Amino acid sequence: MAQHQVLSPLPGIFYRRPAPEQPPYKQDGDRVAEGDVIGLIEVMKQFTEVHADASGKIVRFLVDNEAPVEPEQPLLLIETS
Amino acid sequence: MFGKLLVANRGEIAVRIIRAAKELDLRTVAVFSDADKDSFAVRFADEAVRIGPAPASKSYLNIDAIIAAARQTGAGAIHPGYGFLAENPLFAEAVADAGLVFVGPTPETIRSMGDKAAAREAARAAGVPIMPGSQGKIADLAHALAIARHMGYPVMLKASAGGGGRGIRVAADEAGLAHHFHVARTEAAAAFGSGELYLERFLSRVRHIEVQVLGDGNRVVHCFERECSLQRRRQKVWEEAPSPAIDATTRQALCADAVRLAERVRYRGAGTVEFLYDDNTREFFFMEMNTRIQVEHPVTEMVTGVDLVRATIMIAQGQPLALRQADVEMHGAAIEVRINAEDPEKDFRPSPGRVAALALPAGPGVRVDTMLYPGYVVPPYYDSLLAKIIVHAETRDLALARLRRALEEFEIDGVVTNVLLHKRLAQLSEVRAAQFDTGFLERLLAA
Repeated sequence: MAQHQVLSPLPGIFYRRPAPEQPPYKQDGDRVAEGDVIGLIEVMKQFTEVHADASGKIVRFLVDNEAPVEPEQPLLLIETS
Repeated sequence: MFGKLLVANRGEIAVRIIRAAKELDLRTVAVFSDADKDSFAVRFADEAVRIGPAPASKSYLNIDAIIAAARQTGAGAIHPGYGFLAENPLFAEAVADAGLVFVGPTPETIRSMGDKAAAREAARAAGVPIMPGSQGKIADLAHALAIARHMGYPVMLKASAGGGGRGIRVAADEAGLAHHFHVARTEAAAAFGSGELYLERFLSRVRHIEVQVLGDGNRVVHCFERECSLQRRRQKVWEEAPSPAIDATTRQALCADAVRLAERVRYRGAGTVEFLYDDNTREFFFMEMNTRIQVEHPVTEMVTGVDLVRATIMIAQGQPLALRQADVEMHGAAIEVRINAEDPEKDFRPSPGRVAALALPAGPGVRVDTMLYPGYVVPPYYDSLLAKIIVHAETRDLALARLRRALEEFEIDGVVTNVLLHKRLAQLSEVRAAQFDTGFLERLLAA
């Protein structure tokens, strides 16, 4: 089984939901296609969407909602085959 | 009277407030998140208390943690600065309930001015011109359409709980209004916790001119106006005083109106009454009142010589306003530019990082308000404001020349800033002729 890590493109705060009262973009176990939005990163009050750069099934998120992240930090694990 | 002041903020404004407090011989307490433990404010304050992890929601917006820090250090007062909790009436209430002094207006004033539809009604009641629009809140779409038909398109839908340029949608016609109405209501509910909307006529080419007021709860004086028309995404990037667009008669009317509104709410502290100004008709309209010190307060300090931050602390100490209106005079012209950690070449992408080298401008008529020092790491968690470069000279032309000179002296390595944008603006013929409106900068950047 090949596993792929989606890395944070930016430093900032990682959000798994589009808005506080909305459900997460993706859950552990969900199917994901390359290009799907998997979260947001807030850098200096600007929000940037994070896209999956591989297709497959999400094994698990490695970062909590609203957690600080560093560039290149793994955000989630995707099972690609 | 209090002998120790806690500053519930970060960045350059925390430094600015600590400076004022030290000059008043007060002891100072900084609070900090994990991301700010090496900040200049933390080094500079007499004491510093950690209030939580990096995200603002868990630190600078954490009311309980901030009040606990005040109790722990024996601070008698809390200065909120701008942003974060500065305009949160629940914070002002919590500070008072803890037996501490809130440096700012009463919770009731913050609440009434924070509700933008209520503020509009207060302005109307004080005889201050307001933009044609709804009387109070809109009941439903039919109500909105009826008002819009009466006053004409385009119209602006605004969230009552919004402000600072957020929660605004423009509709060009009935179809647009019908389309935007429901989305705007949902958005407002999500972003501000209230779906209440109100409607105003939309003027496409207007200037943003605001009046600085100071009140002690009984008496109010103004410290003249600032013009802040150069904005990007409704965020100010360049501010100046006086406004180059208005004459003495308009200035007098504008400032008198701001004072009347502030007197009506028995304003305490430093506040700003914001207006839109139409060059063609020479009309101005009340927009909103900000119940706190503003980012751009230094331009007013430069032209009037009034230390606004010191004044806010002295008012909080219970001292009556020492200034009389006749004492407040405006001399020369001042310009402030906001140096932000964002890259104008890459659609203003944020640029946090470590400041490698730093050279700040100095010399006659130049002031820099900043928290930067060589080696400082600009964290990614907060806004991108790094420094404010403020210049003052006898005339606007001389201030512009001084600004160009000061920007040439400014050097920073390690983070990308918008300084090139300011260099360009300071050269531009339209800016030198003060021929701009609130849409000018975005049109310039899009061209």
